[in-house]
Amino acid sequence: MYEKDGERYFVVDGHTHFWDASEENTKNKYGEGFIRCFYDYHRNLSPEEYVWPLEKYRKYDEPTMMRDLFEDGYVDVAIFQPTYLTDFYHKGFNTTEQDAVLKDKYPDKFVLNTSFEPRLGEAGLEQFEAKVAKYGSKGVKLYTAEWHDTSKGWKLTDPWALKYLSKCEELGVTNIHVHKGPTIWPLNRDSFDLADVDDAASTFPELNFIVEHVGLPRLEDMCWIGTQEPNVYGGLAVAMPFIHTRPAYFGQIVGELLYWLGEDRLLFASDYAIWHPKWLVEKFVDYQYPMQNEYPELTANVKRKILGLNAARLYALEVPEGLGVADEGTGPDVTGKPAIPVEASVGGHSE
Amino acid sequence: MTEVRTGGLVDSPPVDRSAVLEALGTVRDPELDEPLPDLGFVSALEVEGDTVRVHLRLPTYFCAPNFAYLMVADAEEAVRAVPGVGQAEVVLDDHFTAEEINSGIAQRRGFQQSFDGLADDELDELRALFRRKALINRQQRLVKALLDAGATIAELGRLRLGDLPPSPELDAYIQRRAELGLDVGPGAPLVVDTDGNPIPPELLERHLRFARLTRVSIEGNAGFCRGMLATRYDLPAPTASGAAALGDEQVRR
Repeated sequence: MYEKDGERYFVVDGHTHFWDASEENTKNKYGEGFIRCFYDYHRNLSPEEYVWPLEKYRKYDEPTMMRDLFEDGYVDVAIFQPTYLTDFYHKGFNTTEQDAVLKDKYPDKFVLNTSFEPRLGEAGLEQFEAKVAKYGSKGVKLYTAEWHDTSKGWKLTDPWALKYLSKCEELGVTNIHVHKGPTIWPLNRDSFDLADVDDAASTFPELNFIVEHVGLPRLEDMCWIGTQEPNVYGGLAVAMPFIHTRPAYFGQIVGELLYWLGEDRLLFASDYAIWHPKWLVEKFVDYQYPMQNEYPELTANVKRKILGLNAARLYALEVPEGLGVADEGTGPDVTGKPAIPVEASVGGHSE
Repeated sequence: MTEVRTGGLVDSPPVDRSAVLEALGTVRDPELDEPLPDLGFVSALEVEGDTVRVHLRLPTYFCAPNFAYLMVADAEEAVRAVPGVGQAEVVLDDHFTAEEINSGIAQRRGFQQSFDGLADDELDELRALFRRKALINRQQRLVKALLDAGATIAELGRLRLGDLPPSPELDAYIQRRAELGLDVGPGAPLVVDTDGNPIPPELLERHLRFARLTRVSIEGNAGFCRGMLATRYDLPAPTASGAAALGDEQVRR
């Protein structure tokens, strides 16, 4: 919980990791390249006093994570988003199993999401069902750029992926977090394109699709599908830290998202340990657009929803008395925006 | 009568380094729509006789391989076209598919063959898609300036290309229209969709809203890429032109 100027905020960190990229666990040059790329994200956008040495960043311990999130970082509940990367790391980068250790010790502090691998076919479907039974997960994190054998990625509309999504519906795994990455089959297409999320969201209206990193670098695709599909949400991991280095750009991202998606479909996230939630929460609560603009206002109520209440709704988390918002929100289609003409969309949604 | 020549070498004009740089300046990151040298992606340029060697670098190890391939291929083609260049070697460094791309370009294998089994076509469609995005971005820059100067949305809808005073922004917009095969005559409407169709008045506002969003996206990405490149290679923090357009220059300390 964070309190400032008489306003109180329930904080749900929608995207956190407990990863292991230690040298012993790193399998190959791709694993090494991956953690170094992550480290550059961390160094590039963090305030100087929050930058870790690389060694600490490769693998941090439980006390560090618990202190950063829940003592210093104002987080009430953190959502684990596993990222397996078993082609890059011997025991995986950040698996459900790793995260479950902390979930078992601190059951009220964490939401434990899991993942599935559609390229494992029928066998994977059974494994997935067993994982959901074991961990009670209500959400999955999917990384479509994940490598598997000779495959360099997959789409939500692949036949097997659709079967897994059906399984999610059947098991009550309602929150589908999708993270796009730089590779996908076929490699000649834009791997960040969100057309498959658009299609999947239409096919499974009972599931919520949370597009991680609000679709960056394809904010235009994100907003486009957000106007089409009421069950599409934006996770703000990676967008948040721009609040420090590039506050006007941050304002434009959030302003566009508020305009196209509305205040009820955005989720705060730190992507811990890439960024520390403490400074993100503090700066976000203080934030006012630093530039002239025509965007929807960022009131304390809007910030309360983004910081925690929207995620609490998706995961049926109990919000302590007095930390909700006075109004009930106005639903996804709040702003009476003009729809985008089809011909203006250049995001490759023609098929 | 015997013609004495020494393989043409003595007649070759020396390669002008600045001409090579200029040629590289015409090569754009297809996704960010900015020249490679401006983005800091050209890390080394070496001229030796009629051989030119260029090294390219990108903001991350995992930048998308399709765009990376296009940049190396375009740079190679641009350098090879410079007068006096016999051999052009363009090499991508520090990238997870550097090997595939570098050998693919050197052996002129094309994208699909360079990534055997991982691609089902060349990159023409991808390039065209991002040209369309860039068209909207370039159009927005022009339109934003007009709106800031007091034009109304209805007035914008009536403007023709020939109504605008000459400017580098107009040239850039016209160039991209031409590349996409759209009408660039002085009588052609200024605000069009990506197929060159004029926007009906009642749809103009939402077209402009989406154009603004596209610009935020492209310029935001460019700013982020500059920052990541600076962090990765320990370069001075960028005074990004992208950031200026987005307003962060004004709010920075």
